[in-house]
Amino acid sequence: MPLLSLRNISKNFGSTRAVADVALNVEHGEFFGLLGPSGCGKTTTLRMIAGLEKPDSGTIEFSGADITNLPPERRGFGMVFQNYALFPHLNVFENVAFGLRARHKANTEISERVASALELVQLPGYDKRRVDELSGGQQQRVAIARAIAIEPALLLFDEPLSNLDVSLREETRSELRELVNRLRLTAVYVTHDQEEAFALCDRIGVMVGGRIMQTGEPRQLYEFPADVSVARFLGRNNVINAIRLSSSKSSLGAFKTLEGGHTIHLPVSHDELAPLNKPCLLAIRPEHVVLVRDGSKNPESEMAGNVLAAKIREIVFAGATSTVRVDANGLFLEALVLEPDGLKVGADCSVALPTNRLSLLKGD
Amino acid sequence: MRDKPSPGVSVSPRLVLFLITAVVLIYGVIYPNLYVLAASFQRSGTWTLANYRDVLTQRTVIEAIVNSLGLSVATVLLCALVGIPLAFLFERYAFPGRQLFAVLAALPLVLPPLVGTVAFIFLFGESGILARSIQTFFHLQAPAWTLRGWPALLLFHTYTMYPFFYVLTGAGLRRIDAGLAEAARSLGAARIGVLARVVLPQLTPSLIAAGLLTFMTSMASFSAPLLFGGSVRVLTLEIFTARQRGDAVMAITETVILLSVSLAALVFFQRYEGTRKFAAAAMKGVSRRRETIGSGKARTLATLAAVAFSIMLVLPVVTLVVVSFAREGSWTTQTLPAAYTFSNYQRLFTDPHASEVFTNSFLMSAIAAMAALVWSFCVVTLVTKRGKTDDKPKFVGRSWNRLLSLLILVPWALPGTVVAVSMAEAYGRPSPLLGSFILVGTFWILPLVYFLRFMPLVVRAVQASMEQIDPTLDEAAGLLGARAWRRWARVTLPLVWPGAIAGTLLAFVIALGEYVASVLVFVPGNRPISVAIASELRDFNLGTAAAYGVVLIGIIAISMIVAGRLERLRG
Repeated sequence: MPLLSLRNISKNFGSTRAVADVALNVEHGEFFGLLGPSGCGKTTTLRMIAGLEKPDSGTIEFSGADITNLPPERRGFGMVFQNYALFPHLNVFENVAFGLRARHKANTEISERVASALELVQLPGYDKRRVDELSGGQQQRVAIARAIAIEPALLLFDEPLSNLDVSLREETRSELRELVNRLRLTAVYVTHDQEEAFALCDRIGVMVGGRIMQTGEPRQLYEFPADVSVARFLGRNNVINAIRLSSSKSSLGAFKTLEGGHTIHLPVSHDELAPLNKPCLLAIRPEHVVLVRDGSKNPESEMAGNVLAAKIREIVFAGATSTVRVDANGLFLEALVLEPDGLKVGADCSVALPTNRLSLLKGD
Repeated sequence: MRDKPSPGVSVSPRLVLFLITAVVLIYGVIYPNLYVLAASFQRSGTWTLANYRDVLTQRTVIEAIVNSLGLSVATVLLCALVGIPLAFLFERYAFPGRQLFAVLAALPLVLPPLVGTVAFIFLFGESGILARSIQTFFHLQAPAWTLRGWPALLLFHTYTMYPFFYVLTGAGLRRIDAGLAEAARSLGAARIGVLARVVLPQLTPSLIAAGLLTFMTSMASFSAPLLFGGSVRVLTLEIFTARQRGDAVMAITETVILLSVSLAALVFFQRYEGTRKFAAAAMKGVSRRRETIGSGKARTLATLAAVAFSIMLVLPVVTLVVVSFAREGSWTTQTLPAAYTFSNYQRLFTDPHASEVFTNSFLMSAIAAMAALVWSFCVVTLVTKRGKTDDKPKFVGRSWNRLLSLLILVPWALPGTVVAVSMAEAYGRPSPLLGSFILVGTFWILPLVYFLRFMPLVVRAVQASMEQIDPTLDEAAGLLGARAWRRWARVTLPLVWPGAIAGTLLAFVIALGEYVASVLVFVPGNRPISVAIASELRDFNLGTAAAYGVVLIGIIAISMIVAGRLERLRG
């Protein structure tokens, strides 16, 4: 049984639909990410889990009990806010102790638990500091300490790293992951930063326009986006308009590209996803497109299949890799190459789209 | 764990708050004002326009209306002429002496109008220090001028009300993104073009708000027309004299006329204040650094101006201090009082009458201020929105909210004369709200009037502090397990109280010097300081009147310093 279940949650603000029919399960001990562009409803979803907003319809269950109408103070969840929401009139100790005082714990227990929480976030000895004397990173740690001091049944993060500068963000990210692992906490983590979500989360739900478009492990989302909006949000995918052909070989489906008129094969498991003779979308990541200079033989590309003749249109140097834009008879594709030596704009080449790297997207 | 919050818990406190708010507004604002409105249309039990016909055909009334409006418009223009350039000079440029003036600029705003009027008489009056000095210096036969009529009123109004323009223009200038002006100049606009096309349009809401504030204050002006208006009749004075001679119909009808003008100004004011807030919220960007005046001559000139204006600001207060030490009867035809003594102050602290006056004012102002503080928390808790959505049942929707804030501002926008007359008329006889209890003639009428007049200041202060609190703090406290009451006591209250106390102190000191309404409804048992000052002045006890004023200013100064400290605590 999942620890947390959202069942068809919807929320409107006035006439705008912020969250539409969101359903998701978070397992015990899981680090679950909600990833999406700004305004996609991920923060509203998190706030409904916290009890700060009430869903218009649907239910939220925690450990099998319906908590939809339970006020936040009775849920026992910890939350780290984007702006940290530290109490400016209280010092570090009292901020961390706030939840324990609300639970009427004895003073000795409070000092012990505050001390250990501050130790966990590597701020021992900061008890007496005023919160406005702390740096952004330190404030963030206090916010985390305050949330874990109450030993929360579920830890919620609302873009907690977005106010930190880049180097600090990466450092804090790995510390955060380690902390959550060590305490065996279940967490829901909201972010718009794909890299951050991939690095932190066991599983991610990608939200676009108030809906969860796809849920899966980071690698799965990255390589096989199920949906155009996910493919676009995760970025830099080659999206190809195509039509599925009726004549197909065994387990591979055959598709004709609308631009360029190439025939492409890829394995299709769910036939209903692409009805015959109807337009559909295919995606492949630039790093999976194999680029072969014309004239040279590349056994790898021939094995992969889907070899198309093309012309190099543009080469963009970007440090470790270069992006090469090619035109395969009207079909524009991007390929990522490590060494662009010998490639020239205007030269002929061929590109291979390995069948096992192509994915079929759900409609627009 | 399947427990839902019992619905009664969150509903009933809000219902109580709503009832408290409603009762105060009905008893203090709606009923008294509707009562005078209805009474103005009634004669011997029947509805009629006869009162208006009778009143508006009297030439003195028409004259008073025209004078009040004309005086107010002229005051607005003069204050704009003085306040706006000063704000530009002191907000835009840095030069020696700037700080001195900036600190003193708002001084006339906190000076009780009666005390200011008295100080003006001592300084600029025909037997005042300045006129006598000039008379002596040039060996003139008669005083160089008399402090009477239009010029006197306009001078005093400009002195006391220019800060509205100075402060609001300054605040507006500070809000204007310097980047905008820089952008305009980079696009080729000349300095004067930037001023006309970029700066002024953005300042307009501030200027209109300042103009309306000045207009409302000037319409309400009473002490100055009373003491040196001469033959210039104004509405507040007409209402006062009509009541003194017992002409209730005249007083009521004139009150309704004054009330309508002030309410119209308030409605406009509220609209422009709204747009000002919006502009402030949208502002993010470069703040402007003050330009140093390059040319040596210009800088000297600016410094001289700063010093001259500063002296003008403090001179009335200095005069008051000097006169407060004058031996009674020693200042007749001399430039300065001839003999000095501590006896005026001694009298204040030993004479049982004087100490009674202080006790009365302190007690009544404290009651009013404390009640305003408590009530403000009720109102603000009721109307403040928390977070994006408020799931709690609402007694006040958005349009109700606007009506509520308008009703709260009404007693602040109405001249003290109007508030006092409507309260006195509504509760001067058995009423449906109080039964046979007659409020007029009791001790309580004055604390009530003070409460009504100055509670909007406290509501504003509490509301401003409340709105500054980050709403996620309350959410964070909730997630940490704190229930509504604990959240309020441990998070909201500690963050609101510095601003709330500062606002309460302000209301307290203004009530302490209140004269306009007090003189209409005080009884021997609750004679306040201001009424005592006026009667000392009538008896030519100039030193004692000045001593009262100095003590009042001292209390105000201390309170303002404390309030300033508290404000900084909040920031």
